[in-house]
Amino acid sequence: MATALSTFESSLDDLGVSVTRTTSGAFADDLAETIEQPAVGVPLEQPFDDLDLSLDDASIDVDPTPAALREATTGVTPAQLGVADYGSLALTLTDRGSELVSLFVERHVAVVRAADVVADMDAAVDELHERFNDEGGSAILATGPSATADMGALVKGAHGPKDVHVIVVEEGA
Amino acid sequence: MASADEIRELMRTEGAAVAQNTQAFNDGRYASVAELEDYEELKREARSIKEDAIERLPELVEELTETVEANGGTVYVAEDAEDANRYIRSVVDDRDAERVVKSKSMTSEELEVNDALEADGVDVVETDLGEWVLQVADEAPSHIVAPAIHKSREGIAELFNERFDPDEPLETAEELTHFAREKLGEQIVDADVGMTGANFLAADTGSMALVTSEGNARKTVAATDTQITVAGVEKIVPAVEDLHPFIELIGRSGTGQDITSYVSLLTPPVDTPVVDFEDDETPISEFDADRDFHLVLVDNGRLAMRDDEHLRETLYCIRCSACSNSCANFQSVGGHAFGGETYSGGIATGWEAGIEGLDIAAEFNDLCTGCTRCVNACPVGIDIPWINTVVRDRANREGDEPAEWLVDGLTPDAEDEGAPLQKRFFGNFETVAKVASATAPVSNWLAGTTLSKRLMARALGIDPRRELPSFERETLVEWFADRESAVENPDRRVVLYPDLYTNHVQIERGKAAVEVLEALGVDVVVPPAPSSGRAPLSQGMVATATDHADRVAETLAPHVADGRDVVVIEPSDHAMFQREYEKLLDEERFAQLAEESYELLEYVYGLLDNGADASALPAVDGEEIAYHSHCQQRTLGLEAHTVAVLEECGYDVTTSEVECCGMAGSFGYKSDYYELSMDVGGRLRDQLQADDVRERPVVASGTSCLEQIDALLERQPRHPIELLAE
Repeated sequence: MATALSTFESSLDDLGVSVTRTTSGAFADDLAETIEQPAVGVPLEQPFDDLDLSLDDASIDVDPTPAALREATTGVTPAQLGVADYGSLALTLTDRGSELVSLFVERHVAVVRAADVVADMDAAVDELHERFNDEGGSAILATGPSATADMGALVKGAHGPKDVHVIVVEEGA
Repeated sequence: MASADEIRELMRTEGAAVAQNTQAFNDGRYASVAELEDYEELKREARSIKEDAIERLPELVEELTETVEANGGTVYVAEDAEDANRYIRSVVDDRDAERVVKSKSMTSEELEVNDALEADGVDVVETDLGEWVLQVADEAPSHIVAPAIHKSREGIAELFNERFDPDEPLETAEELTHFAREKLGEQIVDADVGMTGANFLAADTGSMALVTSEGNARKTVAATDTQITVAGVEKIVPAVEDLHPFIELIGRSGTGQDITSYVSLLTPPVDTPVVDFEDDETPISEFDADRDFHLVLVDNGRLAMRDDEHLRETLYCIRCSACSNSCANFQSVGGHAFGGETYSGGIATGWEAGIEGLDIAAEFNDLCTGCTRCVNACPVGIDIPWINTVVRDRANREGDEPAEWLVDGLTPDAEDEGAPLQKRFFGNFETVAKVASATAPVSNWLAGTTLSKRLMARALGIDPRRELPSFERETLVEWFADRESAVENPDRRVVLYPDLYTNHVQIERGKAAVEVLEALGVDVVVPPAPSSGRAPLSQGMVATATDHADRVAETLAPHVADGRDVVVIEPSDHAMFQREYEKLLDEERFAQLAEESYELLEYVYGLLDNGADASALPAVDGEEIAYHSHCQQRTLGLEAHTVAVLEECGYDVTTSEVECCGMAGSFGYKSDYYELSMDVGGRLRDQLQADDVRERPVVASGTSCLEQIDALLERQPRHPIELLAE
């Protein structure tokens, strides 16, 4: 697991994605440091019911209006999986609008459990396949910031976020 | 067919941007796939998934229809473009939609659905930045993945500044991107219908994969309540897990990205709430996800392609663009010349022949020279040159027959009389060479005169700026017959194949080959043999090529049965034995010849590796040399052997890195393509004229390459075997 985590971190680093490793106890403080206000988010309880991760302390609007979403700089969402060798995240599309919060902002902060970081793309697709078969569903495999080369040079921040930050939560206090 | 004037104009206006971008993608591909430990295994896996999916296509269409409908979506299988557009218009009309936002989809380009919707008064907005640039400029894509590849940053800035008159003129890529993002962002949140393509569709769950980098496909789906996805039927794979090799391969093979920013795996209708983006009172969680999903599966000729044994492989294509980026001609002209109504690059011949018809495919099909550099690049292993050959053959047969008197004696095969005169001349070059050798040097002198050059230009389309090959009076076979073999107790025995050019034109490399092989203890025979059929094959004359293959196999078989290895000097002929004969000969005869034949330097490498005495070859001490391998030789993985042998003999070897020299057999001789050929060759010249290469003598393996380099440089190149025979 430690190997997958360190591979994940170095893959993210190659993509220009910054990483914070934290525990549930230190989560609130570390989260506050990564966001730029105004910030919106979706609650983390839904996927992470085993961890006490609250966004409330960090002045994050967890159920924003669409207008507030469009004004926001940062969007905080959970990620179901991390893919170590690519530095990819599996983002789900929930009825709380996780897709909107991760997409219509300049900075996306994704929270992933260390235990959900898988070694490679093969393992990630297998995992998603299982979930899709069981409950249907959708996921975005997001790797680094939104980008385009259509205007004559590589530019980060095309239609989606320009910056991505990943918070990896390890078990324990 | 693009004329010389049109090609020249395209190279002038778009060539620089196309060259820069395609080469960057191509370099990126090499770097990115090199990181994959199991690259070849992933390609095999991807291919076998596609083979299976196309085999079971009707059943998968049914399964996908069931799963999508069970998820709450609607499936419409459209027979052709008109049928698809009729359905899409009715969905847009039922929704009372004023605006449709689109993410990039080549299939929607194929349908020309924008025109159909705009005729109904619907505002259609392309949200992919490249597609949007083209929509604003009213131009067609020049590349299947990066559609505006032909436009420079300066050109886009000029376009935007003129059209939108921003407060501050736009200049940098950042400014242009930011401007487009803002402009399109407003239109996306205000749209009613979102239209996407699909890179893959999984039949088992009704899921789709969308491979993008900008995030516009995500927004197109998320911000609208009605999703229309148009996809060719061939996009279906059996299961979600089958997506794995494609996710790893598609970005790497195309633009050289390990993975694109977003791979959306959607099982529509998605759960994302449909919000009113102006609303500043209602929290997002209180909006419903009241969404409609329509999947339009497009046939439009695909099921007929499935039944066509030669076009069928086209359906494995995942539109990655590797065959465009790795193509030397495409790197010079882009998709506006090397493309049809919708698709571009090598595989476009298959798509356009199947979807639009032979006439459209025939317009650009000649731009494939059969160099095979796309073959290893293709993530699903499609034999793209073969598809081009077959389509050329079919186009030849549909074409007008040339006047009989012009080709009397040139085309022995009645069945090939459909081929245009120029193709028949080059396709039956063996006849030309035989007559020319028999009458040399008079034939050379005549061919070089202004009058005959003018005649050849008019009747055959041979460019007068090219020097024609100079034929030798005594062929290699005749020379060999007059000498005694000098090897006693040989270690191995070889039949050296006297290819057309070595036998009639480049006799010296043939003599050198005999000398080197004998010096290494090999008994050599050089029997008369028919030419390989490479020349007619490259003109699309498959029946003539098959006849050659039959006769070559018949000629060489007794020697092979007698325990001789077949050694081939000309790489394009060696490639015939290794690759193309598989299509022309029965399995057993192909396998025997392929297994027993070797490229000359590959064979020398093998001899040295198995204990032959290298001291029998002249050694040098670090002499610097530049080596240009042959495109088809590189596809077979045989560049390294020549380099290794030269290094063993003490040479310091630098190799070229271009995909092809641009000559490609007869291609560079044709008036229509001479300038393109020289433009492609220009990239090789630049490498051979680079600072630390300029002083190095040049060696090259292919006849065409030698002729091209001779035209490009002051230095006269030689075949590497000639260095070993000194």
